Amino acid sequence: MRFTNLLPGRGSAVTRGLERTGELASFMGRFFGRFWKPPYEVRETFSQMDEVGARSFLLVSVTGLAIGIVMAMQSRGTLAAFGAEYALPNMLALSVIKEIGPVFTSLVLAGRLGAGIGAEIGSMRVTEQIDALEVAALKPFHYLVITRVVACVVIFPVLTIWADAIALFGGYMESLFMSGTDYRVFFQTAFSTIRFTDLFMDTMKTSIFGFIVATVSSYLGYNVRGGTREVGQAAMRAVVVSSLLILLADVIVVRISIMLFGGISGS
Amino acid sequence: MADGTERRDDVKEDDVQDEARYAPPGEKRRDGGGRGDPNGGEKPQGQRNGQAASERVGEVGSGPPPEDTIIELRDLHKSFGDLDVLNGASLAVEDGTSAVVMGGSGAGKSVLLKHVVKLLTPDYGEPWVKGRRVDQMTGGELDDLRLSIGYLFQGGALFDSMSVEENMNFFLRRHSDLSEGERQDRIEETLSWVKLEDTAPKYPAELSGGQQKRIGLARAIVLQPEILLYDEPTTGLDPVSVRTVSELIVRLRDERGISSVAITHDLLCAEIIADRAHFIYEGKILESGSLEDLKHSDHPALRNFFGS
Repeated sequence: MRFTNLLPGRGSAVTRGLERTGELASFMGRFFGRFWKPPYEVRETFSQMDEVGARSFLLVSVTGLAIGIVMAMQSRGTLAAFGAEYALPNMLALSVIKEIGPVFTSLVLAGRLGAGIGAEIGSMRVTEQIDALEVAALKPFHYLVITRVVACVVIFPVLTIWADAIALFGGYMESLFMSGTDYRVFFQTAFSTIRFTDLFMDTMKTSIFGFIVATVSSYLGYNVRGGTREVGQAAMRAVVVSSLLILLADVIVVRISIMLFGGISGS
Repeated sequence: MADGTERRDDVKEDDVQDEARYAPPGEKRRDGGGRGDPNGGEKPQGQRNGQAASERVGEVGSGPPPEDTIIELRDLHKSFGDLDVLNGASLAVEDGTSAVVMGGSGAGKSVLLKHVVKLLTPDYGEPWVKGRRVDQMTGGELDDLRLSIGYLFQGGALFDSMSVEENMNFFLRRHSDLSEGERQDRIEETLSWVKLEDTAPKYPAELSGGQQKRIGLARAIVLQPEILLYDEPTTGLDPVSVRTVSELIVRLRDERGISSVAITHDLLCAEIIADRAHFIYEGKILESGSLEDLKHSDHPALRNFFGS
């Protein structure tokens, strides 16, 4: 890309980016406008929950376990240098529950689901399956988009709680092998400074991340033009754009959360 | 009766997004292009006296077509960005007959057909189906019309995550009051029409191209429509399959009284099914009549197409 293409003007990257942003916002608005209206695709929504949840379970479990073990291993030496090794469970729980668990889980799911949704809906577009739904009066937006968005909004927090639990378990296993820490001591210390609002807010923010992944991926798939090459590009863009928006949304949500509920231990 | 020249300000925003998909890659829709009338309700310059392709077709603004006309497309104009795809295409289809629209690639055949079910709406002109303006329909009225029309897409457009049976049951479950047993009977009967009874448990990926087309046709007729639209029903098929599919289209017309429009450039198919043929060239119906009339036309485009 030439540098001049980035400058504002008709057809420039900036203008195209603004156009796409507007279209994406419109697509999200379309979701809220139609979500309340029939047909309610309950069966398909549960099917998508199964797709999002059950089939991502192993990936999320491995991710959580790795995070817990690696964080415990990396932090132990640093904390020991300051004579604060006893605070390892506490630090691990705060890090995992407040930030690393929700964001890592959402990014991993963005990779798996963003590509999947973008490619699936995109290929349905280029093979005229979406038009076939439309001419059969079957409301493709309800059937394809709303179901996936609802599934992601519901399942992302559930998988995050699971990933957090597995990460803490991983951290405990590391502590058990390295220092023989008793599980009661580990978990009591871990949760000593965790408040319900921390757990609730930092887990529920993943619903927003789920909404981002599903709407961005659906939007890119739904608007594919061309053939298989464009489907592949839509899948790739779904992952990239979803991941960037998750990180951006995280900054905003954390800022709002601190304003409303204060920081760690009410600070 | 709304006049076709009035500006369409009532169009929903998401329809604009839907239409943008049909713009060819690299084409960018101009502001208001493709949806609102770019000429403020006036017919595009240079096309005011666009040729009426068929003597049956009424003028824009002249009200509903005669009762025996099931589809009438009047002076349709459609652009995607700077690309004019339809430039005043007009045709009429009599109830219970099969019309064929022939033409080369990029002539606007598929775009024309999509106006019949409001997958696209015209920049100018009037698409009438069953005495009603399709482009002005919304909600339940549009759904009802679409349910009376079967559409066979070029590649079949079968849902590849579903088996053949599920593809058909999916439509029946949502749009009929039939019991599970009755639905199974309907599916079996419909599959027997296309002579593919044994494919019910198979997935689209397990079928040949010809079989996919025939299953696409079976799905299109499973709700027993009054009108069938065929987008290249025989493209890519061997001559035996072309004859099978074409004869099936004729059977549907003769035994079920289904009116149809088929777009094709397959001469064998057109010879078998056409009651009336239309030739589209540069977005306009150049000539209408019997297939023989078209074959013996003196127009260079037709002579070139038929190789005469």
